Amino acid sequence: MSTDFTWLIGGPQGSGVESGANIFSKVCAQMGYQIFGKREFYSNIKGEHSYFTVRVSDENIRSNVNAVNLMVSFDAETIFRHFDEIVSDGGIIYDSELEDIDTDRVRTLDAPFKERLHKFLESKNKPFTIAGVLEAAKDNGVKLYPVSFKTLLTELSEELDNPRMRGLVRMYNVLGVSLSLGLINMPSTSLVDSIDDIFSKKPKIADMNKKAAIFSYNYASNNFENFNHTLTGTEKQSDTILVQGHFGTSLGKMVSGCRFQSYYPITPASDESVYLESNEILEIENNRPGSTIVIQTEDEISAIGMMIGAALTGTRSSTSTSGPGFALMTEALGWAGINEVPVVITLYQRSGPSTGLPTRHGQDDLLFTVFAGCGDFPKIVYASGDIEESFYDTGNCFNYSDKYQIPVIHMMDKFLSSSVVTCKKFNPKKISIDRGKLLDTVEGEYKRFAFTDDGISPRSKLGMDNGVFWNTGDESDEYGHITEDPQIRIKMMDKRMSRLDLVLTSIPTIEQAISFEVHDYTIISWGSTKGPILDAQAMLKKEGIDIGFVQIKLLHPFPTEYVASLLKDAKVLINIEANHSGQFGKIFKQNITREIDYHILKYTGRGMTSTEIYDSLKKIVENKAEKREILSHGA
Amino acid sequence: MAPKLADYKTDVHNDWCPGCGDFGIVNALQMALAEMGIERDKATIFSGIGCSGKTSHFINTYGVHTLHGRVLTFAQGGKLANPDMTVVAVGGDGDGLGIGAGHFVAAGRRNIDMTYIIFDNGVYGLTKGQASPTLKLGEQTKSLPSPNTNSNVNPIGLAVASGFTFVARGYSYDVRHLKDLIVQAINHKGLAFLDVLQPCPTYNDVNTRDWYTGADLANDSMERHSRIYKLEDTNYDPTVNYAGEVEVNEKLSQALIKSLEWGEKIPTGVFYQNKLVSPFSTRITDKIPNYLENPPAKQVISDTGLPNTDISKILDSLNV
Repeated sequence: MSTDFTWLIGGPQGSGVESGANIFSKVCAQMGYQIFGKREFYSNIKGEHSYFTVRVSDENIRSNVNAVNLMVSFDAETIFRHFDEIVSDGGIIYDSELEDIDTDRVRTLDAPFKERLHKFLESKNKPFTIAGVLEAAKDNGVKLYPVSFKTLLTELSEELDNPRMRGLVRMYNVLGVSLSLGLINMPSTSLVDSIDDIFSKKPKIADMNKKAAIFSYNYASNNFENFNHTLTGTEKQSDTILVQGHFGTSLGKMVSGCRFQSYYPITPASDESVYLESNEILEIENNRPGSTIVIQTEDEISAIGMMIGAALTGTRSSTSTSGPGFALMTEALGWAGINEVPVVITLYQRSGPSTGLPTRHGQDDLLFTVFAGCGDFPKIVYASGDIEESFYDTGNCFNYSDKYQIPVIHMMDKFLSSSVVTCKKFNPKKISIDRGKLLDTVEGEYKRFAFTDDGISPRSKLGMDNGVFWNTGDESDEYGHITEDPQIRIKMMDKRMSRLDLVLTSIPTIEQAISFEVHDYTIISWGSTKGPILDAQAMLKKEGIDIGFVQIKLLHPFPTEYVASLLKDAKVLINIEANHSGQFGKIFKQNITREIDYHILKYTGRGMTSTEIYDSLKKIVENKAEKREILSHGA
Repeated sequence: MAPKLADYKTDVHNDWCPGCGDFGIVNALQMALAEMGIERDKATIFSGIGCSGKTSHFINTYGVHTLHGRVLTFAQGGKLANPDMTVVAVGGDGDGLGIGAGHFVAAGRRNIDMTYIIFDNGVYGLTKGQASPTLKLGEQTKSLPSPNTNSNVNPIGLAVASGFTFVARGYSYDVRHLKDLIVQAINHKGLAFLDVLQPCPTYNDVNTRDWYTGADLANDSMERHSRIYKLEDTNYDPTVNYAGEVEVNEKLSQALIKSLEWGEKIPTGVFYQNKLVSPFSTRITDKIPNYLENPPAKQVISDTGLPNTDISKILDSLNV
């Protein structure tokens, strides 16, 4: 039987939930499993509830599911918030010291949640305590594995004759992970290896953690019983890597030759810039020097201004931001548009409007992005569906910007950025570099905005011999000097806007949209919904229900004819996206005059699970669905 | 052949008002470039928005006419990517000290090797003369419905406080002196700021050319007493001569105090210069030693259409 196992770890922000999950993910990946992990957290530094779910399988997985098989918790809030997600015959490892804690003791439990929880517990006739919710879980067939973390540490410190360890609550995460791995019989050697890997620069800390890990691993093996899930390893897939969400675009930028990145800190985009700066010295073939200049600016307006200034020197330049930051960039975006400057803006969306849900997921910046900036100017809006794709797409985005001399907005989101997944090792040689009409020399008179047959002028760069040109945010003549002449205005406007057609006719269709089969019922969607949709599609296929799926990557200019041709045999269209108004659906209808039959939408700020999509699709096929199916799973 | 002054002029029609102080600044800038023999294709003039924003179109070097308030952001990006270029940013006082004030302060903290010239006339000329950040409280220029209700920004004081390492003031009708200041500013290895007093003959009827030259202060003998004077004609020493808190603080506070002088005596010249603060490029080379020889604009990123960046070590570390 195949393995499909979901583990959840939770705790207050700052208690090591993330590093615990990283150890767990690494161990499972090293034992040959595929991983799909996802982090949820508040906009908070310390104290609020954060949790990580890691789905582990021996088959290809691309999403989370609703069901949790094993939860480990060293705080009360995690148990209150997640006890009802554990499936029958699943398990909860928890700190037995917490049993008496009632809901009022947990200050971070907000009133609306408490009200719902109390109502539930009342209906089950249980007290409002940890013991109460655990009883409810137990009634549901969940197995309980209590352990006193305090006693565990005390025994460990005695065994190692190291009294300092007694109070080291920051090791609770490692204890939790190791107890979990002991319970599911994962070989302990992989645990030791992973800790060595993760703490490779801090051998002392690694040593302490390893001792604690083995101690609690053995504790679980010797004391916990009757758990029906074992994960003892599976055949390792070759060329597999374990990556975090921002690795695709970060590594994609390095390989694509992005040598300048300016940014202003914002969740969930800044991880990419910090990673680029951490790797600012690059290795270039044949021992040549290489580096990326990463500049933290005073605001997003400066970030885009600096990026454009750098791009004018011929440097591949980029910035990375989220919705509120992108809102500040829109004036300068138009400047890049009228001046035909190739730049790439990586837009990690989160939930708006305004600050919205600043650390949560959303795809609600699509309409804003497509229409961003005052005036008419050409731009490309391009969306990646998963982390692996985002690596290669980053290369494409830089090529588009150079070839069409146009700003490109590469849409990513929080669902992607806070995922940890196994995927096929990125292949840099699959990325090509096409700088379009960028010049190395100029002879004779040079006009930066010379009229040409294809509407694209040879491009000089600031500081190049004989290549002097002018830029202006005003309308300009071929040299780049200001003009208000109505005839030149028409020609310049036509020249710039003509490249939208050029984009549609020259970007290969496989880069515009991807068909994952078309059937009577076919899904249309964009961005990070890809993974859960593919998994839901596969679940339904096993039941003999065929659902089609077309993933649209080029969102502006919209590939109307190509998408319409892909969908010609589809009878019922289902739009899936993470926003309230079905923004992609609006764009679709604006371009393809065709009604969308169903919308599956989610705007809780939590990513979609394949379970939810599966359930909604099933309702649609059974003709029991609403026109707007609204999803809400996730704490 | 070394470029001549005429080589730095474009044939773009200059549509500034007759008598505008901006002419003196553009002339001084062209003279400075010619005197320094900076090749046309090795300099970029970045400009903001407003009358002063058109400056880049009148100078025959690379010219980037940017957005209102954002000129420093574009200019810094260009200079960081191609540090071999001479970069001069220009803009009005509304541009740099109103909408762009945040960038002004942040630029001071970086100390990138370039020059920023503010055309300081106290009004938003191109939008018909509203009060700009350097207009004094209670003053009422021609098109203001009532006297100015805001206090003014002190450009020299703000530059000193923000970390600019060369801070000077020029007067647009003293073109030779202004040219000398621009040469010093460009030669300075770090971020140089030049506040240029530039009468707007159309909208600022308070700080006029006559006012600066003291027509109203003329005594019985009808002898003029110009308000403008040069710091270098006094015993004022703007330079931080040695590292040390006492010396730096003394020169900083001296500049700040001097910047407050206004009214019957208005100082021009260099207020403050500190060559001991590391330019931003040094802060980068501390991390990336070959940055100046191999800046972003000079890096070869592909061989025959394929990437040449080798990320195999990083990828290997992600292997499972």
